[in-house]
Amino acid sequence: MTADAGLPAQAPAARGDAHRAGSAAQVLTARDAGLVACTGCGRVYRATQARCRRCGARLSSRDETSLQRVWAWWLAGLIAYIPANLYPMLKTTTMGHELSSTIVGGVIELIDYQSYSVAVIVFTASVVIPICKFIAIAFLAYSVQFRRGRGRGGLARQHLYEMVEFIGRWSMIDVFVVAILSSLVQFQFVASIHPGIAAVSFALSVAFTMLSAQSFDSRLIWDADEAEDT
Amino acid sequence: MSQAMTTDRVECPDLNGLIACPSCDALHYETDVPDGSQARCRRCHTVLMAPRAGAMTRIVMLAATALILMVAAVFFPFLDLSTHGLSQHSSIYDTVMAFSDGLLLPLSFAVAALIVVLPTVRLIAILYAIGPMMIGHAPARHAALAFRVAQSLKPWAMAEIFILGTAVALVKIGGMATISLGTAFWAFAALVVVTTLKDTFMCKLTVWKTIEERSR
Repeated sequence: MTADAGLPAQAPAARGDAHRAGSAAQVLTARDAGLVACTGCGRVYRATQARCRRCGARLSSRDETSLQRVWAWWLAGLIAYIPANLYPMLKTTTMGHELSSTIVGGVIELIDYQSYSVAVIVFTASVVIPICKFIAIAFLAYSVQFRRGRGRGGLARQHLYEMVEFIGRWSMIDVFVVAILSSLVQFQFVASIHPGIAAVSFALSVAFTMLSAQSFDSRLIWDADEAEDT
Repeated sequence: MSQAMTTDRVECPDLNGLIACPSCDALHYETDVPDGSQARCRRCHTVLMAPRAGAMTRIVMLAATALILMVAAVFFPFLDLSTHGLSQHSSIYDTVMAFSDGLLLPLSFAVAALIVVLPTVRLIAILYAIGPMMIGHAPARHAALAFRVAQSLKPWAMAEIFILGTAVALVKIGGMATISLGTAFWAFAALVVVTTLKDTFMCKLTVWKTIEERSR
């Protein structure tokens, strides 16, 4: 089904540019052609156009403040992630005894109950994915900022970026688990579950890193790529 | 790159014939893409167009279905829990209000937004933008705005994550109590399937082009 349906890729000007040889460099970008493209709907305008006539999005050839915002949200997410791990996520009260468990504590509890598959899901969603996400976003922003692209890496980094955008939201699962548990288990003295403060900071951390990933202008990956050739 | 040189050469009178990849800015000529196949960016392989036959009708139908399921999911009982003669009912509304004491109140707003409000707003925006076009009318006023909102809300509508969260929660308390799944749980599960199906029919570029053409 995924037949490459063509869209002959080269705009006329690219063909003459013999000095821009090499696989990635053969592609003519909208910016090279003195045009500005809408990231919302793909429409192309002259560089002077400020807003897309089709979808109304604000146009900019490259988002200059992109990296600043990426780093700002990234740092905010990292700061929020620290209390999320230190403070309790769940407070379980059974027969008057209160037991608080942190994110990692909750995973260990699941292993004790021998529900290994769920332990893996929770551990992946609330520890592995957030940490990988921090590293991946930092790597992408760093590679763009300091032009550490070294040629061919564009496609790999594009895929990394898409993965970060796609998987990042799944970290929210632990917050939902806490919400469901604390609405369900409310048997006064016998057993009750209450959310801990870490639920807030964890939710914030996930939201901040999602914003960080969204602020990233993926066109910068390919610019850094091209800069190697010139 | 000398700007003057290149702009002269791409003195293409009709910029409508070009599209740029939103991910990497590569220029492409726009051609007719047959229904059921995809056009990808030749540099970064991002899907540029993926039109499907009868997509608009299906999107509208599925969005309407999802909206009805959402109403059922919010108001019918979600989960029932019983242990030692005690029982507890919980609806989506209760789940949302779980964080409603004190400092955690903002979180209950956030959960409400992520699992109910934003998905609902997104569905309504899609219906508003595409609905009139489906029956052959010109798009409604501000259809472009509505569709832009629907696109930007996409990452924040987390219904499918909530369903997986429910499954994890069930396993966590499965040992200590008997749980029965209510109508709302199945409504929510169906909602996730319908929404996912709807998104596979959605070709952003085709919708934008249709809105533009019909607006004239």
